[in-house]
Amino acid sequence: MKDRPSVMDLPDLPKGELPAHLELQRTRVVCAADAPSYTESVQYSGAYMAFGVDNSLRLEDFKKSFKVEVKYINDDDMEFDMIGIDAALANAFRRILLAEVGGKFSVSHLAQILILSVVPTMAIEKVFIANNTSVIQDEVLAHRLGMIPIKADPRHFEYKADDENANEKNTIVFKLNVVCTRKGDRVNNASVKSEQLIWLPEGSEMPFDTKTKFTAFGCGQDKLPEFASSPICSQYPDITIAKLRPGQAIELECHAIKGIGKTHAKWSPVATARYRMHPEIVLTEVLEDDLAEELVAKCPAKVFDIEDLGKGRKGVKAARPRDCTLCRECVRGEDWEKRVSLRRLKEHFIFTIESTGSLPPNVLFTEAIKILIDKCQRIIAELS
Amino acid sequence: MATAKEYGDHADDQSGSTFALTEEDHTLGNSLRYILNKDPRVSFVGYTIPHPSEERVHLRLQTTGLSARSVLKDALKDLMAVSEHVRVTFEKAVEEQKALQGVREMSVGVSGKSGITHQTASTAADAT
Repeated sequence: MKDRPSVMDLPDLPKGELPAHLELQRTRVVCAADAPSYTESVQYSGAYMAFGVDNSLRLEDFKKSFKVEVKYINDDDMEFDMIGIDAALANAFRRILLAEVGGKFSVSHLAQILILSVVPTMAIEKVFIANNTSVIQDEVLAHRLGMIPIKADPRHFEYKADDENANEKNTIVFKLNVVCTRKGDRVNNASVKSEQLIWLPEGSEMPFDTKTKFTAFGCGQDKLPEFASSPICSQYPDITIAKLRPGQAIELECHAIKGIGKTHAKWSPVATARYRMHPEIVLTEVLEDDLAEELVAKCPAKVFDIEDLGKGRKGVKAARPRDCTLCRECVRGEDWEKRVSLRRLKEHFIFTIESTGSLPPNVLFTEAIKILIDKCQRIIAELS
Repeated sequence: MATAKEYGDHADDQSGSTFALTEEDHTLGNSLRYILNKDPRVSFVGYTIPHPSEERVHLRLQTTGLSARSVLKDALKDLMAVSEHVRVTFEKAVEEQKALQGVREMSVGVSGKSGITHQTASTAADAT
């Protein structure tokens, strides 16, 4: 009989494709109202061997399926999508952006260790307080000063070890001299802003007999070509450092040096670097009229839209899944979990990088990738 | 000083060893584990950080026959290749977007950002 079904049409023949439910488990995190499922990425290369599906990492396939889409970019922050990458790598980039951009391994050791030429940041490390009659304690004031981002290209500076002398190549000196006075009704300098931090290109002005560690500047920093055109100052002039009342004064000097975010968060070049997986909203039941309207009204992020099905009937579709915050409002309540399936795409990351300003965010991400590559090279060198 | 030491199981069978990497953490540990898992020649891979106060990662690797050291080196090279591809793709995408934003700004005639509602971004730009 000619119309017997062909062997190739049998349902359980391994065709090199995963059945739909396994593909769902592999590529999506299902976010139910109580807890997410399938959160772990299936890494093992032989996980789907029984289906004839190869789960290994083939570089050519990766290159074909990997995409980057930049949504917006400006000098301070950027948002971009990475599609086709795993959470392990995305997280590695995020960790390096936060803590290790600016990393440099110990220079005094052997040539086996590669020195990374990366992007560190400058931040105030030592504060010499001559006078502080404000209500802000010395240590709190020093901490606040350390957190101020400094507009100086760190590539022009060298690292400074603890025992090294402070010179024009590894230190930036600022002074702050503010007195709060009263002129009739007006109070001057009630708020000390970061623009009042004055750069001292010639080095420390603290008198020698105060026995504070002063600086030995060979030549003034403003003579150097890098700084002649752009003076060093705080990245944002309107950061409040302290608040004063009449009669209170702050007189101090700060030394800023190079460092990385791992040592202290003040040296982190990003305000933050975060990612989230792209949401996916699937309507498992056809919703019409009242239910459709209810769903559109429920969502606080306005993800759903009414669509016209003709003959006056209304349907609903997920128009902007990217805006979904996974608040689970659409699956709250009786029966809604059967109608709406909230999911996340495991291989689609929406990355946001907010720079503190010393460098543009795309440079930071490129540097982070270079750091990961350098780490690998270092270990290869160690193993050989 | 960062080191990578191999602790093999047997002198004559190099397919299973533990690598002790110093001055490393989850950043490299987890990404290496991912790349190694995806290698078909690997039968077992896992990493642990023996104590969170010490910057040390122990990576356990068992292969289907090849020496663990060579498989690890291949995985490191793969990780480098993947990162390099990410970098190249990223830079291209940034160039395209910047060109697109430049065109948009010129056609709309607005000086400044195009369509971004980040308040912090605009105050920072005004300040600088």
